[in-house]
Amino acid sequence: MSDNKKLSLIVFNGNFDNAVAAFTLASGAAASGYDVKMFFTFWGLNVIKKKRGRAFIGRGILARIFGFLQGGRKNLPLSRLNFLGVSPKLMTSMMKKRNVATLEELLQASIELGVEFYACEMSMHILGLKKEDFILQVKKVLGVPGFLDLSDGGEVLFI
Amino acid sequence: MRKIDITREHCPMTFVKAKLELEKLSHGEELEILLTDGEPLDNVPRNAEQQGYIVVSKEQIEGSVYKVVIKRP
Repeated sequence: MSDNKKLSLIVFNGNFDNAVAAFTLASGAAASGYDVKMFFTFWGLNVIKKKRGRAFIGRGILARIFGFLQGGRKNLPLSRLNFLGVSPKLMTSMMKKRNVATLEELLQASIELGVEFYACEMSMHILGLKKEDFILQVKKVLGVPGFLDLSDGGEVLFI
Repeated sequence: MRKIDITREHCPMTFVKAKLELEKLSHGEELEILLTDGEPLDNVPRNAEQQGYIVVSKEQIEGSVYKVVIKRP
């Protein structure tokens, strides 16, 4: 029933608030009949890791330390007033209290509505990550040309 | 008739929940949506129409709560 509207989101910075904005747009656009694709790169890769907390994943000692320090979806920092990671937890409890969808709920809604997820090959290479380190819904590992092909003819946002 | 209450939801879940229910409809089947005025009433039916669904009726139930019936053609 869609009329070929297309939205591609580049999820780069991996902050909690940016991730909420990205998945809000993704699920809202998908619900509005848009074909939505999310391309996760650099810090954004933390959002789609299979392990939601801190874990020594990655190839090589430095990559594993980086991986642990960054953590996963449960450790995303708030871009302002992070207070060593306390604020995102407070923010999530405020969201629940006010009946606004949490990051996890927005991610699930995006999955249910058929949003496609892709991971950036170059960032994965730096951080020593493999496709298996991400949630199952990650469709493919892509480079720039692959992303350009996929996003061709639609709107592109860098978040 | 299928029914969904999104009076307690906020953007984007108003659209998400409505869309997930609309997708379950067979051709000719209708969905009754309870929603609040303002953004949901303005945009959930309009959004469905843009995707090819038919808004059959809109009526005020009480106060800020409205009932919208949407049909899959």
